[in-house]
Amino acid sequence: MKLFQHNNTLTENHVKADKLADDRVPDGFIKRCPKCRTEIFASKLDNYATCPKCHYGFRISAKRRLDWLVDEFEEWDSQLKPSDPLDFPNYQAKIAKAQKISQINESVLTGLAKINQRQFALGIMDPTFIMGSLGQMTGEKLARLFEKATEQRLPVVLFAASGGARMQEGILSLMQMAKVSNAVSKHSKAGLLYIVVLTDPTTGGVTASFATEADIILAEPHAIVGFAGKRVIEQTIHEKVSPDLQDAENVIKHGFIDNIVKRQDEKKLLSWLLQFGGENNG
Amino acid sequence: MVKSAMEVVQAARSEQHITGHEIRSRLFPDFFELHGDRLSGDDPAIVGGVATFRSQPITVITTSRGHDLDERIKKHFGQPEPSGYRKVLRLIKNAEKFRRPVFLFVDTAGAYPGKSAEENGQGQAIAQNLLQIGAAKTPIITIMYGEGGSGGALALACGDEVWMMENSIYSVLSPEGFAAIMWKDASKVSEAAEAMKLTPQDLLKFQVIEGIIEEPEDHQLVCQNIADILATELTKLEKLSNNELIERRYKRFRKF
Repeated sequence: MKLFQHNNTLTENHVKADKLADDRVPDGFIKRCPKCRTEIFASKLDNYATCPKCHYGFRISAKRRLDWLVDEFEEWDSQLKPSDPLDFPNYQAKIAKAQKISQINESVLTGLAKINQRQFALGIMDPTFIMGSLGQMTGEKLARLFEKATEQRLPVVLFAASGGARMQEGILSLMQMAKVSNAVSKHSKAGLLYIVVLTDPTTGGVTASFATEADIILAEPHAIVGFAGKRVIEQTIHEKVSPDLQDAENVIKHGFIDNIVKRQDEKKLLSWLLQFGGENNG
Repeated sequence: MVKSAMEVVQAARSEQHITGHEIRSRLFPDFFELHGDRLSGDDPAIVGGVATFRSQPITVITTSRGHDLDERIKKHFGQPEPSGYRKVLRLIKNAEKFRRPVFLFVDTAGAYPGKSAEENGQGQAIAQNLLQIGAAKTPIITIMYGEGGSGGALALACGDEVWMMENSIYSVLSPEGFAAIMWKDASKVSEAAEAMKLTPQDLLKFQVIEGIIEEPEDHQLVCQNIADILATELTKLEKLSNNELIERRYKRFRKF
């Protein structure tokens, strides 16, 4: 009798064997955490969009981050238009699409922000805008952010997220690394505080410039933080590298990150850390 | 005859092209090497030290690809490790102390993209160069004499002036890498080279560089041309005060 029952019991394996089952689940209904593979109902993800198990922060738009990060925000330079210095085919259409998705003009949102009455200049890079890549106007908005902060004697908080250089803008994308770094340098020499939060992913030219030039470098759990792409590294050294080579948790062990902070704790922590910029800050 | 972008790429990579070693021995016969980053090691892909130029003490830094296969493997074919960038920075900081001019000669496909390089902070090392070389109070001139690839080249070209040899390139990525990323087709190298605008003429138009140095076949003449440019430009830069120098450098990159 027992044996009979067993044969008639639909096991989990049977369900998994049903290759069409996946098709019956609507798109975007279930999200899988790319780090710990936990499956989450998309509807259960709140505005923080973090994995309940490993605290990985999903890639979210700058505007969505703004919702829970600050008390007040006044946007700067929203009228600037991305440039197309190489006259690159189909690039304009790509920008238009990115602007529609992200609801901002370039891959970084900048402005004057307030948390608990503390005022600071805020930049949030947007992974939904051509993977937060560093275009000429991205660099322009960032340079202006640091310059205005220096003028108004404000600390800067930057949320970094970037796939690296904006290929469609060629060498002029590369020049932004030096341009923004020089603006960071002036801000720093004026005795002002700069805090960066590295979010998933922070790579390439952004890692190799302003994202790692801050006084305090924080990272979100399991954010990818690196210079070269994983595939390029594997092709260079002809061996597989560990999937967590560029996880913030590994990078902190090598001494390049000050601390890892969960998204839900960021607002409170930033408000507290802003007092460490001396009398000029906050 | 005007070369196509791909012909310039090939000329920049040619075996006949002048090497860092040649530039050092012809232009700076009394060059004395200073090793190491005083922190973690001595990257052989960067060769730096002191020399005199027209009887003036200067600091010279070159990338180095190596002569034979063994050397090339050790030098990662001229792609610096983080300790290479840190060596550059410590040599420039030392030069700054005495307001000794710095000449950098760059031919690199980019920063070494290895596992150890990642773990030792390749991104952080380059970032520190951009941050601190940009503010170093001494004249800094870079000459690109082959490939200038990506952030790894920019970290050696963030001073006062950048000049390119006639047969050299400077780009955000190699044309092969660009074709693979943009068109998922690494064979479209020529199209990529064209689209990227990486020739000295293109870069001069964008004001990314100050000028182009002619390259006759005789390497002694090539070095003569380099020396003439260095002498003229150095005389100009040395007249500037520290503040003027830093402000000029800020504006140089701010315009992009």
